[in-house]
Formats: sequence, structure tokens, C-alpha cells
Amino acid sequence: MASLELPARSSIGPSLGERLHGWTTTVDHKRLGLLYIGTALVFFLLAGLESTAMRAQLVRPESKLLSPEVYDRLFTMHGTTMIFLFGMPMLFGFGNYLVPLMIGARDLAFPRLNALGYWLFLFGGMILYFSYLGGEGVVGAGTAPSAGWFAYAPLTGHAFSRGHSIDYWILGLLVSGFGTLATAVNLATTLLTERCRGMSLRRMPIFAWMILVTSFLAIFALPPLTAAQIMLLFDRTLSAHFFDVLQGGSALLWQHLFWFFGHPEVYILVLPAFGFISEIVPVFSRKVIFGYSLMVAATVAIGFISFGVWAHHMFAVGLSAPLNAVFSGASFLIAVPTGIKVFNWLATMTGGRIRFATPMLFCIAFVAQFVFGGLTGVMLATVPFDWQVTDSYFVVAHFHYVLGGGTLFAVMAALYYWFPKMTGRMLSERLGRWHFWLFVVGFNLTFLPMHVSGLLGMPRRIYTYPAGLGWEPWNLAASAGVLLQAAGVVVLLVNIARALRSGEEAGPDPWDAWTLEWSTSSPPPPYNFAVRPEVSSRRPLWDRKHPEDPDGRHE
Amino acid sequence: MSETALSSGSACVQGQDFPLSRRQVGMLGLIASESAFFACFVVAYLLYIGRSRTGPYPDVLEVPYVATVCLLSSSATITLALRALREGRSRVFLVWWTLTVALGVAFLVGTALEWHRLIVREGLTISTNLFGTSFYSLVGFHAAHVTVGLLLLVTVAAIALRARVEPAHAERVEMVTWYWHFVDAVWVVVFTTVYWVGR
Repeated sequence: MASLELPARSSIGPSLGERLHGWTTTVDHKRLGLLYIGTALVFFLLAGLESTAMRAQLVRPESKLLSPEVYDRLFTMHGTTMIFLFGMPMLFGFGNYLVPLMIGARDLAFPRLNALGYWLFLFGGMILYFSYLGGEGVVGAGTAPSAGWFAYAPLTGHAFSRGHSIDYWILGLLVSGFGTLATAVNLATTLLTERCRGMSLRRMPIFAWMILVTSFLAIFALPPLTAAQIMLLFDRTLSAHFFDVLQGGSALLWQHLFWFFGHPEVYILVLPAFGFISEIVPVFSRKVIFGYSLMVAATVAIGFISFGVWAHHMFAVGLSAPLNAVFSGASFLIAVPTGIKVFNWLATMTGGRIRFATPMLFCIAFVAQFVFGGLTGVMLATVPFDWQVTDSYFVVAHFHYVLGGGTLFAVMAALYYWFPKMTGRMLSERLGRWHFWLFVVGFNLTFLPMHVSGLLGMPRRIYTYPAGLGWEPWNLAASAGVLLQAAGVVVLLVNIARALRSGEEAGPDPWDAWTLEWSTSSPPPPYNFAVRPEVSSRRPLWDRKHPEDPDGRHE
Repeated sequence: MSETALSSGSACVQGQDFPLSRRQVGMLGLIASESAFFACFVVAYLLYIGRSRTGPYPDVLEVPYVATVCLLSSSATITLALRALREGRSRVFLVWWTLTVALGVAFLVGTALEWHRLIVREGLTISTNLFGTSFYSLVGFHAAHVTVGLLLLVTVAAIALRARVEPAHAERVEMVTWYWHFVDAVWVVVFTTVYWVGR
């Protein structure tokens, strides 16, 4: 064991140059995980600023704060950033950090590929944001992309999107997509082949299962986006005709390919969030997760069904009625496994000794808000209702409840829960509560009114609106909510900064938890475990703490 | 320490209950995603059959029998090469391996001649019409994958010439052969789509 100890540090510590060199050349999954999470937080702030600017524009009717062009760029960049540069990297960042620790491995299966994945993601993000500087090009036709995050053809064609803005969108996502794909293959391989002794698939923590299914989704869903983007790139740069209707091409092909990626993408963004909840809720309810096997089975079911529902994003396109019916039915179907999960979380909490610490608070809000977003999802899966509210603020409200009230809240729960493991310091519980309440109130104040303005007919993606249509109070409320959310983010940043400087020491297992990552020091050593663990149940730390009543007997 | 309490002291056998090694799973992951990628271009090709507004039309294509035979038989030679490597017959391995490279190059030469004829004689480029767009993208992406496969093959050959490639390296070499078989299988689909269904 002594041979595994790091060489003793000199009293001065590494210089800034050495530290920078260490972080840029690292292949350690924990450092790369932190790089992912940190970078994703930076992109989160950028996307937040973009949405704040949009809400400032919409606070009153006929506002002249932003021009239509600038507004279009803002919603395009906000959506693209939140999906590709915040959501996926944040979740894969946690996956990177936690998966090897949770399954008792020393690193991912391919550490260097892991580093490549991170740097490709960062490079892709920089390409996208460079469009603000370089997108003008020689033609002077606009800077950042402005065709929306799903970039429908033929709006993105050369005729309607002159200049290079769309090219930056394509290249940025193409490059970061390769990184995500590499990481997905890496994580799936790790989960299948690097588990420690005794860690059978049926004993993996639920989060590990979620990452496994997510990785498979990414492996099959990202290539169609890449293919569609390459077709678009060919159209734009080589004068090909994939989406050129005049030459017999089909604008609809873009929509099919994009949403064949886009809908599994929703589950790529939400399954790891389910994983966070499934890890945190049991620990703070002091109970085993209810229905482990059913939870895993429901996830796999969601994974499969998610590939068969893409056209529910295209009900308004005018597909045939039988096709609409099939996709509508499949979309209803997905509510079943999702409902199973929600009931499992509730059953886990029922009868538990619940500790209302910050991670648990975010989890509870997650369940409530995600169910709300799920219910509007069922409404939207009904074709006639979808026709009525498509492209309105109702849709905006729906997916923000799922991805904001859902995924984002789960990420916050995860941040508070695993921050002590990652840094060795506790985040302040008092500031955490401030953050939580500002976020819950702010989030719902922003997005709840959007249901109403949507039902009242307010279309999404308009840079301003006329007075007298009854939309003003709802927009005012939505914009006011943003202030509270922004304050919540500031509290979070202060909390992180204070914890890093002078936070309370966390120790290896501050939450009295049961999965393997809590068995090693906080932060874990580069090699994770001096001796690789061996497990005999789903809760190895429970077994260690309660040798008289090991879990294996009950599983 | 906590982690020692958890362990029974013995080193961990990796992935004891999973039948594939990490290299195999990694390569299968790559192949799966590449399959999804090609599927999109195949779907686009099938969707656009007969929708080109202007000529030249697919009847200008000539079925590349020779190139197809070359590529498909290279799957056999690479399998023989791998078997020779496993049996420790390095010279035989190198012979079969070089033959595989030659067959791959022959396939690319066939593609080059075909494209030269189509571009120069028939005036068909990627921007001519919808047929050109879908044809060059699908066949071109396949040819690009053959090229990548050839680079991998040549790398292994270069290593084999400079140092010894031993039976212990068989799994790494086998991964290259998996990729090569995949490229071959894609050609079967492309061939069916372009020269059979689409003509």
C-alpha cells in the first residue's frame, strides 16, 4: 500500500504553471469530471445571461431594448448552450467523476479518450461562441446563429442564412458531439467491463445504470444529428441539395433526422437526473430505494421507447393521421415507465426518516416540477391539443418544467450532495436553503405564467408583442422570476467560493451514505481505492456499518 | 482505512461477469454509432431515389463488380492473417495482411476510376443534382472509412515490419479486423442501395 502513496509535496506546493500543466494534461477521470462540471457551469452562466436579456426585452410590450436580430441570436444560443454545452457536459461530467468511484474502478476504461472527449467538447463550445466575433465573415451578414436550436431547413440554407453563422453552429456541435460520443462509448465500456469484484449489473447503483442507458442513447442518437449536420454543411459549402426543395430535396428530412436525435436527447438529459434523485432520496429518507429492479427496467423501457416518439415534435407539419396517431400513442406509452419511477421515489420517501437537507429539498422540488412538466407533456402528446398550442409559450413552459424544473434541479441536488466528496468541504446549509427557495419561487414564477400566456396565444420566439392582448401580466411575472433565479445563482456561487476557502471539513462520508464513492477519502486520491473494493450487495457501506444485518440477505 | 475494510485483499478481476473485453466493447460502441451514421445516409439515398429533377440519372452507374470482389475477399484475407498471428506464424501473417492492404487499395482505385468517369465524362458532381448529392455523400463516406481502415492496416503492417507482432498482440490486431469487417458490411448495404435498389 505504501508504494501507492504519492510522493510528499514540497513545502511550497506546485507553481501555477505546474498546476495548469497538470490540469491540461490530466487523464484522471475526477479531474476531467471537475473540468466538465466547471466548464458546464460557465456555459450555464452564459446561457443564463442570454435568457435574462430575453426576459428583459419581454418585460413590457413593444419594447425596443433588443433588435429582432439580436433577440433571435439570443434564443438560439440560449437553447443550443443549455442542451449541448450545459446539460450534456454537466451530466456526463458527473458520470465521469462518479462512475468509476461507484463501481469500484480506478478510472474509466480509456482515460486518454476521456481527455480527448473533454477537450473536443470545450473546443466545440468555443467554436460556437466564436461566431459572435467571427460569424460576420466577409459578407457582413450577422454574427451568431439565429435559426433556433433545432435549426430547421430551409431557414438554415444558404439562401436564408447568409454569412457563416450557421456554419459555426454546425461545426461547434459537430466537434463537441464527437467528444460526447467518445465519452459515451467510454462510460458504457467502463460500466460493462471495469466493475469491481461482486459488483454485478444487478448490484450497480441506479445512477450507474442511468449512465449506462444514457450512453447507449447517445451512441445511437448523436450520429443522426452528425449526419444531418454534415448534409447541411454539404448543402451550404458544396452546393449539395439534401434540403433544397427546388431540386427535389426534402426540408422534412432535416426534421426527421433532427428529432430522431432530439427526442432521445431529452432522455439523455433526464435519465442521469433520475439517477441523481435515485441516489439522494434513499440516503435522505434513510431507506433502500423502492423497487430497484423495476426502476432499472423502467429506464431500459424509456430508452427503447424514446427512439420511437420523435415525430411528436412534428404534429404540426402535416404528417398523415395514422402516423400522428402512432407517434401520439407511443408518447403516451412513455408516461408509464416514467410514472413508475415517480411512484418509486414517493414510495422510498414514504415511512422514511426524511432529513430535509439542501440536496433533498432540490430532489423534492424535482419530483413535483418534473411531474408537472410530464403532465403537460401528456397534454402535448394529444394531437389536437398540440395543434392548438404548438409553437406557443405553453410548449416553452412544458420543456422548461422538464429540463429546468427537472434536470437543472437534479443537477443542483447533485452539486450539494457530491460537492463534499469532490472538494472535501461542505457547502453551507444556510446559503443552500436561500439558494433553494430563491430557485423554487423564481423558477415557478418564471415558467408557470408561460402556460397561461401560451394558452392565450402568445407564440414563442417573438422578440416583442403588442399591448392589449392580455399577455402583459404573465410576461411581467415571468421576467420578475428571472431576478429571483439570478439571485439564487449568485448565492450558489458565493456558497461555492466560501466553501472552497473556508468550508467545514467533510470527511469521507458526511451524509452517512451507502455507495462506494463514500468509502474513500474526500477528495479521493488519484487512484481512488488503495485496494479495489469487493461488494456483496447494492449498499456496500451499509454492510460495512451494519455487519450484523447485511443487505445481501434481503436482495 | 475504510477501503481496506471493504476489500477482502485480493486484486479485482475486471468485469468478471461480462463476456467481452474493454477493447471489444469500445470497438462495438464505435461500430454501433457508425452504423447509425451510415443508416441516415442510406435512408436519405432511398428517400431521394427517382426525385432528381435533372440528369444525369442513376443509369449512368456501372456496377463495380471488381472492386466489390476485392473488398469482400479482403475480409477473408484479414481473417486468415489474424489466424496466422494467433498461431505465431508472423511471416504468414504479414503476407495475408499485405494482401488485405492491396485489396483495399484496389477497391479505392476502383472508386477513383468510377468517380473520374462520372465527373469528367458524365458531368455528375455533388452539386449537379439530388442524385449526385446523395450518391457522392453515401459512397464517399464509405470510401473515407475504407481509407481510415487502410491507415490502420498500414500502421499494423509498419509495426510488424519494424518490430515483431506477436500472438500477445492478437486482440489489438483483432480490433482492427473488426473495423475492417464493419467497413466491408457497410459496403454490402451501400452496394445494395446504390447499385441494386437505386438503379
